[in-house]
Amino acid sequence: MTDKQSSPDNPPLFEILAQQGGPSCVKLSGDWNIRSLVKSPDLRGKISKNAKLKTLQWDLRSIDVLDSASALILWQAWGGQVPTALQLKPEHQRLFDLWQAQVLPVVEPPASHFSLFFSYTQQLLLGFWGQLLNVVGLLGQLLLDLAYLLVHPREIPRAEISITIYDAGVRALGITALVGFLIGIVLSYLSALQLKTFGAEIYIIDILGLSIIRELGPLLAAILVAGRSGSAMTAQLGIMRVTEELDALSAMGISHSLRLILPKVAALVIVMPLLSAWTSAAALIGGMFSAQNTLDISYQQFFLKIPDVVPLVNVFIGLGKSAVFGLMIALIACHFGFRIKPNTESLGNETTNSVVAAITVVIMVDAVFAILFMGVGMP
Amino acid sequence: MTVPYAIQIEHVWTEFGDTASGTSKVVHQDINLCLEHGEILGVVGASGCGKTTLLREIIGLQTPSRGEVIVMGQSLKQANADHGQRLRHDCGVLFQKGALFSVLNVFDNIAFPLRELGIKDEALIERIVFMKLSMVGLSDHDAWLKPADLSGGMIKRVALARSMVMEPGLLLLDEPTSGLDPISSEDFVSLLSELHKALNFTVVMVTHDLDILRDLCTKVAVLADNQLVAFGTLAEVLDGKHPFIEKFFYNKRARRVFQYQEATHG
Repeated sequence: MTDKQSSPDNPPLFEILAQQGGPSCVKLSGDWNIRSLVKSPDLRGKISKNAKLKTLQWDLRSIDVLDSASALILWQAWGGQVPTALQLKPEHQRLFDLWQAQVLPVVEPPASHFSLFFSYTQQLLLGFWGQLLNVVGLLGQLLLDLAYLLVHPREIPRAEISITIYDAGVRALGITALVGFLIGIVLSYLSALQLKTFGAEIYIIDILGLSIIRELGPLLAAILVAGRSGSAMTAQLGIMRVTEELDALSAMGISHSLRLILPKVAALVIVMPLLSAWTSAAALIGGMFSAQNTLDISYQQFFLKIPDVVPLVNVFIGLGKSAVFGLMIALIACHFGFRIKPNTESLGNETTNSVVAAITVVIMVDAVFAILFMGVGMP
Repeated sequence: MTVPYAIQIEHVWTEFGDTASGTSKVVHQDINLCLEHGEILGVVGASGCGKTTLLREIIGLQTPSRGEVIVMGQSLKQANADHGQRLRHDCGVLFQKGALFSVLNVFDNIAFPLRELGIKDEALIERIVFMKLSMVGLSDHDAWLKPADLSGGMIKRVALARSMVMEPGLLLLDEPTSGLDPISSEDFVSLLSELHKALNFTVVMVTHDLDILRDLCTKVAVLADNQLVAFGTLAEVLDGKHPFIEKFFYNKRARRVFQYQEATHG
């Protein structure tokens, strides 16, 4: 209780006064609040040591400020009761009565380590299964929505799709071009070193053309978009949950899947092949630039030879799998976005999960494509 | 040494935006007021007249463009980092939406300031937290709930318990009863009044609630047209002639509130 505003420097004091012909007296003075007690830890030791001596008298009348936490510390030191020889200001009496009357609740013991481990494993497996079902459910809902939009083309969320194309596509042009260009240079330079030793410099065009158009371009673009736009989509849906915007949409009878998921998926399916082509082009330019510098292969030679060494079907494989990457990134981002609970920890966790899952799934889908089209498009 | 006033606001001007480009907006024009220890001040005014801004300036989250805010005898302008920190320790703040930490449960939210102080004794923390919980009228079971599972009234109670756990000398409340049903609101008023009797802190609250002004506040400050148009006890403020006072305290609803008071309490 702060019955009087204290100046900042009025430290709690503890003195033992010897009295003639009687028991010694402990005199406390100054400001006794939790903050000052924490600052002087030895004070608590002194109190608990002296509190055990039942013969001591306690004089608390000189205390200026006494808060309930300090009263609790004294009361606990006295063994949960007020000493018989206690003198204090009447307004401080209430603080000790407060603790005397408190009944503490029984705290449930924490579960044992074994059962914790068991329940954690169980939750992990069930959680994975539940998430898989959820993503499949989202995909199914998406197909239903598509069928609905075929019948009601006026309800296609054009504005939302357009905004997402701009955010996820147009605004990613710079970073994808930069990363593509640099990777192209590095790849070309490292390959050139090896090829030089065999005198097979001209094969740099085959290596770059095939690997970039078929693999690296789509994969780089997908990983960048998953990190950039996937996380943004998850966080956006999460914040909409926190601010109850999702509930507001439901209350207005507006479908989440039609207005929030479908535009994102559609936009990424449209924009990912374009971005992948753009990234591939930037990587090829980087590779060309490096090849000209290290191997003296001219730009003209590069341009003339590329159509011969990279069959056209590779371009379509690259574009096709980019569209699938886009679909997976958007679906996973939305799935994790809707899982976010209205608290800060969940927001951070699910956004991280979304990006990690999206990148993993992109690489897995890429592997599936590699197996499916093993014999296709090789020169 | 005791300091004469809990809060002194001297010639405070607040402007938002850029003065040079002419896009600035004046929120406060020359605000002056002094509040003694142990008083409960209610700040009223129309939406957007800078009530919350004034509260933020008292907390030190915002600096006025001109003028001084002196809290517990310490000017916020001159306060160095250490002083400012100590001053904040003596303030409890209840934000409009509670501002509870969503990852922590109720118990840990209330225990947070104690643990930050460096108290390691969990038994002591437990006793203090449960005491504060019972003070704000919450049961022991509520201690283990997460903020997301609480109702609006419970969030306000937990936030109040957290703001009071260090037993500060100054309590700052931003619309403590907004969004509460009349019964919870009434409970909140009696709770605060009991706590005030027991702990005798100074309170500054931004509110639109006429019942609070009538039953709880010892002083009322009225902000209108960017200025402090009235400051004093409710009776003194009611005598004011400013059009906003007429509108705010003499509309149909306000008349009903005050007439009811006269009828029941004379």
